Order: sequence, then C-alpha cells, then structure tokens
Amino acid sequence: MVGIVSYGVYIPQWRIKVEEIAKVWSHDVNIYKDGLMVEEKSVPSLDEDTATLAVEAARNCLKRAPTINPKDLGAIYVGSESHPYAVKPTATIVAEAVNATPSLMATDMEFACKAGTAGIQACMGLVKAGYIKYGLAVGSDTAQGQPADPLEYTASAGAAAYLVGEDGVIADIKGTYSFTQDVPDFWRRDGERYPQHAGRFTGEPGYFTHVINCAEGLMGQTGTSPNDYDYAVFHMPNGKFPLRAGRILGFPEEKILPGLVVTKVGNSYSASSLTGLAAVLDKAKGGEKILVTSYGSGAGSDAFSLIVTDRILEVRGLAPTVEYYINRRRYIDYALYSKFTGQLRGFAE
Amino acid sequence: MAMLSVPLHWRKYKELYNLKGSRCHTCGQAFFPVKRICPNCRREGKIEALPFSGRGRVYTHTVIRAPPEGFEKYAPYLVVLVQLDEGPKVTSQLVDCSPEDVYIGMPVEACFRRLRVQNKEGIIIYGFKFRPVDGALKR
Amino acid sequence: MNNYLSRKRDVAIVGVGTTSFGEHWDKGLRELALEASLAAVEEAGIRGKEIQEFYVGNMSGGMFVGQEHVAALVADFLGLKPTPAVRVEAACASGGVALRQGYMAVASGLYDLVAVGGVEKMTDVQGSWATSALAGAMDTEWEAYFGATFPGIYALMACRYMHEYGITRQQLAEVAVKSHFHGSLNPRAHFRNKITTEDVEKSPLVADPLRVYDCCPMSDGAACMLLAPADKAGKYTDTSIFIEACTQASDTLSLFARRDICTLDATREAAQQAFAQAKLSPGDVDVLEVHDCFTIAELLALEDLGFCPKGKAVELYDEGQTYAGGKLPVNTDGGLKAGGHAVGATGIKQVVELVRQLRGEAEGGRQVKNAEIGLAQNVGGSGATAVVTIVRRG
Repeated sequence: MVGIVSYGVYIPQWRIKVEEIAKVWSHDVNIYKDGLMVEEKSVPSLDEDTATLAVEAARNCLKRAPTINPKDLGAIYVGSESHPYAVKPTATIVAEAVNATPSLMATDMEFACKAGTAGIQACMGLVKAGYIKYGLAVGSDTAQGQPADPLEYTASAGAAAYLVGEDGVIADIKGTYSFTQDVPDFWRRDGERYPQHAGRFTGEPGYFTHVINCAEGLMGQTGTSPNDYDYAVFHMPNGKFPLRAGRILGFPEEKILPGLVVTKVGNSYSASSLTGLAAVLDKAKGGEKILVTSYGSGAGSDAFSLIVTDRILEVRGLAPTVEYYINRRRYIDYALYSKFTGQLRGFAE
Repeated sequence: MAMLSVPLHWRKYKELYNLKGSRCHTCGQAFFPVKRICPNCRREGKIEALPFSGRGRVYTHTVIRAPPEGFEKYAPYLVVLVQLDEGPKVTSQLVDCSPEDVYIGMPVEACFRRLRVQNKEGIIIYGFKFRPVDGALKR
Repeated sequence: MNNYLSRKRDVAIVGVGTTSFGEHWDKGLRELALEASLAAVEEAGIRGKEIQEFYVGNMSGGMFVGQEHVAALVADFLGLKPTPAVRVEAACASGGVALRQGYMAVASGLYDLVAVGGVEKMTDVQGSWATSALAGAMDTEWEAYFGATFPGIYALMACRYMHEYGITRQQLAEVAVKSHFHGSLNPRAHFRNKITTEDVEKSPLVADPLRVYDCCPMSDGAACMLLAPADKAGKYTDTSIFIEACTQASDTLSLFARRDICTLDATREAAQQAFAQAKLSPGDVDVLEVHDCFTIAELLALEDLGFCPKGKAVELYDEGQTYAGGKLPVNTDGGLKAGGHAVGATGIKQVVELVRQLRGEAEGGRQVKNAEIGLAQNVGGSGATAVVTIVRRG
C-alpha cells in the first residue's frame, strides 16, 4: 500500500510577535491574538528562501530514511507560491542538494497553499502505477504579507517534505480526495509583490466550502467518520478556521490542537497543513488515524486518510521535530522584519 | 568579483551544495575543495571522491563589517574557518549565531543558504554555510 | 629545495625615487609612475633611454582604473619606446617580485641598467568595489566567494593568534602606535598623525578584532629604483647600496589550506634562503621594513623572519625596541599602516626606505644610527608570496 515513508520539516529561527506588528499600525492586537489565535510567526533570514527551506526539509526527511539511496528517488515536486524564480525550477535545486540527480522526474507546482499536498498526490500515482519507487513532495514558502493588511500577521515561512513509497511506510494512505472549483478568493498577479484577497469572501465560499466538502468527500469515499480519527489536521490560515471547520465536521478540539502549529509559527502557506501533519506524526502511535485536509486559494482542497504504522517509532527521532523548531527561536522587531523580508526601499534584492 | 558567471558557479555545485571533496588514496589526506594533484604525492597520488559530512568545529572567526561588493545587505556577518571532522579547514559564513556567541571550538554543521544574488535579474547562487549544532550555543 | 646558483655578479641600487603616498585626486596612474621614475633617474644622473629594461609592479590596474597592459602604458608615458617593459603581478608583493626580476636580470649578466618600479592608483573607485578588487589577492573561488574580505582573512589570523598566544588587544594596538609615530616623521607618509592605543581601540571595527587603526589604508603612489652591476655603480652614485640577497617563496593561496594559519611559511622560507645567501643572520640586521598590511601581520613577520620565537613578537613592542632609536627599528617610514600601501609600489618603497636609511638620508629624526644592513619583507595576499631582500651599505 502506498504511504508516507518519511517526513521532515524546517522552520527558520526568527520570530516576530503580533504585538510588534500591531504597534506599527496601531491595530488592536487582540483581533489577532485572541480573535485569530496567532501569537507570533516565523520570518526567514536574509539568506533563506523557498529553495533553501525546501532543501533543509528534504534533508531532514531523508535523515529519517537513512537506508534509502537518494538516487532511488524517482520524482521530486516542490509546491510553493514563492518560488525564487518565475522560470527555473526549485525542484532541481532540491534534487541536486539531496544527491538525487540525474535519473528522476521533477517539476514545480503552484496552487496557493495546497501545492505541497498536490505533490504528494502526484507521487502516490507514480508509485502506485509502478513508475517510481519513491517520490518526494515538498511544500515550502516564504510568504509575504502586505504591510497593514491582516495577512501580515500570519504570512510566515517554513517547509515540509514527505517521502512517498510502498516499502517501509510509517503511515498508510488509505485514501485521497480533492475538491476543486474556480473561486478567486485570494490571488497574486504576475509581477506583483503582494497577493490580494477578497476579504470575508475567503471564508465561506473559499476555505470552508472546500475544506468541509473535501473532508466529507474523503470520509464518504473511505467509509469513515470523525470518530474513526484520532487527529484532524486542516490548513491553518489562522488558529480559528481549523477549529471551526472541525466543529462543523464533528471533530472535537482535542483532535485538532496537536497539529495547530499556526499559533506559534504562523501560516507557512504550502507548508502549513504539512507542518501540522508532521507535528502529529511526531507524537502519534502505531494504529492511530489522521485526517489531513489542505486548502489552496483559487480554490481547492486535498484530503488524505492516514493510518500510522509502528515503524514510525524507528524513524521519528532521526531528525528534528516540529517542536524543536518551534522552540528554536529568536525574536526581532518590525525594523529587522522589514529588512529581512526585503520591504525596505533600496534594500530589496 | 562582480560578474556572476553562470558556468563558473555551476561547476562548483557539487562542492557548494553537497560538500563533495576529494581524498588522496595514497597518503590518505582529505581535501576540500577538490584537488586534482595531491600536494604530498604529486602524480603518484590516487585521487578519489570524498563526500564530507558537513560537521566540524570553528577554528577561528571574525565579523565582516566592511563588506565587499554584493554582500552589503548581509553585513555584519560572521566569517569562520571551520575545521571539518575529516581534517581540512574551509572558509564559510556562520549563521543562526550572533557575534557574541561564537567561540573557537564550537561544533557546527553545514546548512543550505543563499550565498549571493547580484541583482534582481541574475541567477541566485546557493551553497553551504554553517550553523551551531543543537546545544552548541550554551558553552 | 631551491636550486639557487650564485649570481654572476653583484647588484647595486644606484638611484631611488618615490611619490608621497596618499589620496592623489589630481594624479592618475601615469602621472604617479612618471613622478617616481623621474626622481630616480634624476638622482642617478642618467637619461631615461639608458634604461635597458623596466619591471613594473602593479596589482590591479584593471579593477581600479580599467587599465591592463600597465607596463606598456608606463613605458609609453615615460617616453621609453622601444625599451621592453614587464608588468609583474603578485598582489601586494608585486613590487617585491618586480625588484627580484630586475635583480636577476642584472645579476645574470644580461643587463647593465634596469629600472624596477611599482605603481597603484586605488582611490578612483569606492569602498566596496575596492574591497572586491583587493579580494583578488586571496582565493576568490573559496575565500572571497563566501564574503571574506582581505581584512577578514587577517582578522581570522589575529583571532587565532590571540587565542593561541594570549596577546591582548592593547598589545596589538602598540604596533599601530609605533607605525604612526614613524609616519609623523616621514614627509611622504600617507598618515602623519600620532595616535594612542585608545585611538586604536575606539576606532570602528572592520573585521573583528581588527579595527580601522589596525588596517593599512588604500593609497595612491609609486616608487622606482635603478639597478646596475656593482662594478659599474660608481658611474651613477657615490652611495651604492648592494643587494646581498633577494629571495622569493610561495605558499598556499588560501588561508584555510595553510600548515599553520599563524605562520607565513613563504616568509620563513624566503628569509632562510636570504640569510644563507647573504651569509648573515637576524642579529646582523640594523633596520627592517616588514609588510604590515595589518598590525597582526607585523607581529607574524618578525617571528617568521626569525627575529623572535612564535608568539613573542609583542615583547619587542613592550620594550619599545622597534622604534627608530631601539634595538630593532621596524618600518621607520611608517610602514604600510601609516606610510601607506599603494599595492604594487609597496615592495619597492620598502627598499627605498632601507636605501635612505643606509645612506644616512632619512629625514625628520627617524634616521637609525650607523645603519649598515637592512632587510625588507614584502608579502602577497595572506602569505602566498613572500619576497625578502637584504641590502648592505657600500
């Protein structure tokens, strides 16, 4: 059965607290802290970008698969909405940096915050069809939030990598389901620096329609219900949306909180749900079931039904956990944040 | 130093991305970057590939405060000599560490970062830098 | 290791000239070269056309003023057609290597009057570009590539040296204090101001632990000397200075590949050979010119040349021995630090200072009494090239 053979994450060390951002715009910080359940977010260093984060996550993933020869990776997909180049793939940089070249397929993906899970689905197909032995799917972003926009409080940086295969899985993928419609809730035109969004429209017609329908679609397809799952991970644009989605679907808070990393690191876009999943894999036991539902604006959701195997105990400790990265942090103020995110005029690259 | 020559950088990828060096099979000495002639054995040296683990210790350190062209945005930054576990020393930057916290002997590991970008049109050069290993920051 | 054969004949320095070193906004590379060469030619009382070959040390005409083919430019501007001119490049040792080339041309019997000079025009470009140009002296692919600068490389040496030998920040500052003291006595020095150790320790950091006052400046300048066989020197001058030895050695280009990053093996090798050829030892030397591109470099030089054990050079400063009136006067013209460092010219101007000292012509109170033997050490990059020249009063 096709499943997840290994996983790895990376989160840069810098953090900015929502208070720091609110101070600059004289916003009421409670809207974000209490209202959206976000305390701080991760910020990349000047010399970090989507490619470097992806490489670190991919390397961590392969650290949890030490017996696998990187040359046996048959495909690498990197999903992001902040690829360093508009034309020149991130996937080849990752492939080179993990020694997987040259006999492999590779391409970049984009679907707002669900490009990483789309990569997992692509790998599943290739593995199941027997074209490749292992595929690596990475979701990575250095998300940019427009100054004074609500998204500035949550747009963060991070990466998560998943190795898909049939041998030595740590979590079987029992099923996958996607719900896709053309809904322009959040977008970025070519050449524009910051994305735009349609305000409250991003909620109901965007996030909730797709996440709810997708999760229900997956449960219908696999004949499962919320009671069958020990954990539910949803894409995290903030801390409130996943809990509300859970309430609508019938998942109690306790099943969602273990994966709710957004409170401490913000929304790392293509890495968001995949980092939440990694946080769950860092503690889940063999036999436990996980429902993961991503969301990408534009819009679509991918859902996966996973059953953890006992093998996870052998690999979990071989690379840093999500909690390690959450705890590895140094705070910066808005001035340094502006410098690091290239927002100072005359200083951007 | 201003020209970002594409072929020149591409030739260094094996070393820059994955710290692939070489070793003289004859005398056993490891080299980074790659050497094609062993300085000890000359042409009698049989050179073979050696991937480095990326682990080492800080041998000496400085902070660059007057940066050269192309590095202005990063200053001040730490430049160190790292003595790799396999023997050779290498010049690199030390990241995720403040100038006050670096010390000779600090255990470090290689990480993957942007090295340079000339401007918004040119290519981005990636490669290794070093960061303190977990626990190294508490002496 | 070196298969040196004895020279066919002795070589003398029969004329010298330098510009002052500093920011010469009104003079380009050509004007600087002309000024120094004219001074040497006038001193020796010759016509320029008598020069048979011209060696010009210049590190980076290209990066600084967009000019290569510098030797041809200089020969042309001096009106020396058809005299052959050779540009010599060895980073900061360009001048010393040019001197050695000229010395060998005369010592071998091929030429009877050779000019050796050096010139550098550094102030037409701005800070970070100049820093990049100088980075060409190190391994650009494996040192400068990662953001190391020239001061940064010497700072790495200083950091390790302080760790291994326990010298203090203040002891290092004494080197700069002494350089500036001598510079204040030299009318041609880039910096004429005296400083204190507090001035050094308060100056801005360039590459920790080195501060502005630990680092030599970027100077415009030129220097020139005329060489002739010793038995013909009387035609040109009553005060011939003889070159007893002029040796050169190499080491790894990069600092990280060195045997010991606090030792310049090239200096050690060149010095050992020079003393052997001259049949002299460090104790015979009355006045020294060492390559103090940074304060730390001066300490390493004294040790690697054999004047004191490794790690002990600071003791000479604790006792004030390196001042003009002391037992071992070092860089009486202010060295690179205060005298200035016009890269290609430095190796020549060092020996010019020795010549002035040996002739008894050093002004301003920096004259060393009864100076008979002088030694100059010129280094390229972080130590990949070293030239050692020993001169003796005729």
